[in-house]
Amino acid sequence: MKIGLVGRSGIVAFLAVGFVSTPLELLAQFTPAPTASALSIPEAHWLKPEALLHLQQIKGEEKPLILQVGSHMLFAQAHIPGSEYIGPGSQPAGIQQLQNRVSALSRKKLIVLYCGCCPLNRCPNLGPAFAKLSEMGFTNVKVLYLADNFGTDWADKGYPVERGY
Amino acid sequence: MAIPSVIRTALRTLSRSFTVKLLLCLCVGVSAAQSPVATTSLLHKDAPQFVRTDLENRKLDLHAYRGKVILLDFWATWCAACQLEIPRFVAWQSQFGPRGLQIIGISMDDDPALARKLYKKMKLNYPVAMGDEKLGQLYGGVLGLPLTFLIDSQGKVQAQFRGETDLKLIEDQFKPLLRP
Repeated sequence: MKIGLVGRSGIVAFLAVGFVSTPLELLAQFTPAPTASALSIPEAHWLKPEALLHLQQIKGEEKPLILQVGSHMLFAQAHIPGSEYIGPGSQPAGIQQLQNRVSALSRKKLIVLYCGCCPLNRCPNLGPAFAKLSEMGFTNVKVLYLADNFGTDWADKGYPVERGY
Repeated sequence: MAIPSVIRTALRTLSRSFTVKLLLCLCVGVSAAQSPVATTSLLHKDAPQFVRTDLENRKLDLHAYRGKVILLDFWATWCAACQLEIPRFVAWQSQFGPRGLQIIGISMDDDPALARKLYKKMKLNYPVAMGDEKLGQLYGGVLGLPLTFLIDSQGKVQAQFRGETDLKLIEDQFKPLLRP
């Protein structure tokens, strides 16, 4: 069967669309985490929720400075008691706030960052915030491991929360 | 008449135990302020009503959509998973709107300007209003995104989708509720 030029072009176009659109759809569903993502944080710096609760309960030990580096709206609904709201780590203003808050602290101070905005591998806030503290010379930074979000991995597990700003 | 010592002792014991109980009550009361608070499930309950102004300055009254099958989507511009879902929501609104589907977006951004920018950029074809702590708490606590509620035509929450969800799962849930 002879296929004319137009027919061949049509077949090529059809195949091209088919080959390109499928990977694009897969890409949309499985887009890798953004640069400076939470996944760039070394494993040794992750802290499980139970471990943070334990740290908070140890008598006589200096309590960690707990900083929320995500959404204010989420913080206002519920946050870890004693934690402070800093601002989104993904925003320059949030990073500046973080810098201002910690600049006078000992570089050995135990600081715990958390967010809980969304699935950890998608979080845009923790990576930049952690990077900033590392850049400033802080050597005792932990990041709270909330795999899905603050609701699922903290509040729904019955861990204590506070409301309000 | 002098109170017998036995009774005096009994009264002292009772008053102490009362004090202890009172102290216990106070402790419980204090701890309640920091008590664990899980997100509340709205499954099979009436969807909480609200009236807002959407990003196009139109009144957005949830009750006005009674009779439609609603996907109420809490999202934010900083939520990458939300942005992956939105194009599908736009497609669903076009495809299933005639069969009674209505998607409503609630942006949990702190800055409405960011939400408005993305609303235009992604050409959302459904109403979007700004959320806040009050609306979040009304919906059981929006403590992570994305969060989507499927509300049937009678106004009851039939499903809640917390976190990144297989969109096929959401579609399989709402399609049977639509008009043929």
